[in-house]
Amino acid sequence: MFRNFIAAILLVLTLATPLLGCSSPAAPTATPSQKAPSSATSQPATPAANAKPANPQLILATTTSTQDSGLLDVLVPMFEKQTGYDVKTIAVGTGQALAMGERAEADVLLVHAPDSEKKFMQAGHGAERKLVMHNDFIIVGPPADPAKIKGVKTADEALKKIVAAKALFVSRGDNSGTEQLEKKLWKQTGLDPKGQDWYKQTGQGMGATLNVASDKNGYTISDRATYLATKKNHSLDILVEADKALLNIYHVITVNPQKSPKINVAGAKAFEEFMVAPDTQAVVGKFGADKFGQPLFFADAGKQDN
Amino acid sequence: MDLIWQGMGQAFWLVAHGDREIIGVALLTLGVSLSATILSLLVGIPAGAFLALNRFPGRQVIVSVVNTGMGLPPVVVGLFITILLWRNGPLGLMQILYTPTAIVIAQFVIAAPVVIGLTIAAIQQLNPRLRLQILALGASRWQMVALLLREARLPLLAAIMAGFGAVISEVGASMMVGGNILDETRVLTTATVLETSKGNFDVAIALSVLLLFLVFAVNLGLTLIQQRRRPL
Repeated sequence: MFRNFIAAILLVLTLATPLLGCSSPAAPTATPSQKAPSSATSQPATPAANAKPANPQLILATTTSTQDSGLLDVLVPMFEKQTGYDVKTIAVGTGQALAMGERAEADVLLVHAPDSEKKFMQAGHGAERKLVMHNDFIIVGPPADPAKIKGVKTADEALKKIVAAKALFVSRGDNSGTEQLEKKLWKQTGLDPKGQDWYKQTGQGMGATLNVASDKNGYTISDRATYLATKKNHSLDILVEADKALLNIYHVITVNPQKSPKINVAGAKAFEEFMVAPDTQAVVGKFGADKFGQPLFFADAGKQDN
Repeated sequence: MDLIWQGMGQAFWLVAHGDREIIGVALLTLGVSLSATILSLLVGIPAGAFLALNRFPGRQVIVSVVNTGMGLPPVVVGLFITILLWRNGPLGLMQILYTPTAIVIAQFVIAAPVVIGLTIAAIQQLNPRLRLQILALGASRWQMVALLLREARLPLLAAIMAGFGAVISEVGASMMVGGNILDETRVLTTATVLETSKGNFDVAIALSVLLLFLVFAVNLGLTLIQQRRRPL
């Protein structure tokens, strides 16, 4: 009978040993073997793909919107193919991405909260900050529109009407770039929604928050890319758009190398240059057009930033 | 509801067509969680046996700590291990954050208290006179421990299943210490979260079904061993 117990342990061991072996070392080896053939066929004119950089590990901290919209699934493999870097994309809210940069736990950031970014740069956490692209935020809500905000010209007015109607408003509540913009808009209205029973915080990403708003017939603020990319799952309409206060601007920031010797300076620089390169910008400007009838982002590299 | 049927159909389709990405994610999930479970057994069974068979000052406190650890929230484990493994953190030199190894460590921390706690309970539920009898028959101390573990094999197998179940189903720690990186640290639970937030509910359900199937397959194997030739 004791053999049974030994057999159980052996079963688990035999099941696991081949996997144990492949779990860590296989990951790095599998990646190039998957990518090598495609880079050889689709981009024969990139000798750089074979020349691995001295330090190939690059940590990119970015926002959930770039991942949830699918943009990074296109850009990151493109960058890896061109340069040979192995990008570890950590998709979190902009708040956390900036905090990781501050602690030198990321090499390069792709974020969208200009006010926080400026503070980040002023505090000396970043080396360079470049404009990459923009899209816009929209105020979305149930088609019935209980607060009657459809067609209102400014976000400011729309929020005031939502407050007056005590209509449900669903906030991200996760210190993301989207929530930071939302807070800024509330501040401009002079009203504080915190603690009101019509104001709910999900603490989750944009896709999840849109689902909650749709399910509870609430209003929320979303970036247009995530709204369009998840349109099939929710029944929210665009009610307010095209207000200058609703611009959603993305910057790439390289973390200040003086913060830690472990920062991959060359890799961060390469990613920054990649993001503003004409080829990449062309991809950004077209991304999503085939699927949604309109592009999700507008390429902005090199434009005046204010 | 139709989403669930669609998802189940898609799960079979993905596996039947040998979708590279999904199979890679599934194998990584199994490899990571089985490794963590085995490590937790190697540490947990001896530690549990020691705590069950010895009396010393502070033992009650240690057992209480272990029992608390059985309910350790994975996100809390993930947060602490992430901070320890940061490249500028205390264990940064190991350079294992955002690798499968980091997930194994986090899952080990989650599973070990489960295995230790259930091992203590498994041995203590044996009749205490059994121990005296084994010793009276001239067994050495190590032989006695081996015999007691053999007697407790049924609840010990349950401990293995509980430990494995705890780690393969957790998402918080894997997400934080692994980073959910495709081809590197994306496991079934973190992939499910990602696909859900992308709004791809059908894919998310397919991944969930695959995860449930894997857990079932491993537990079926363990249960067959546990229940084999078991007298009624």
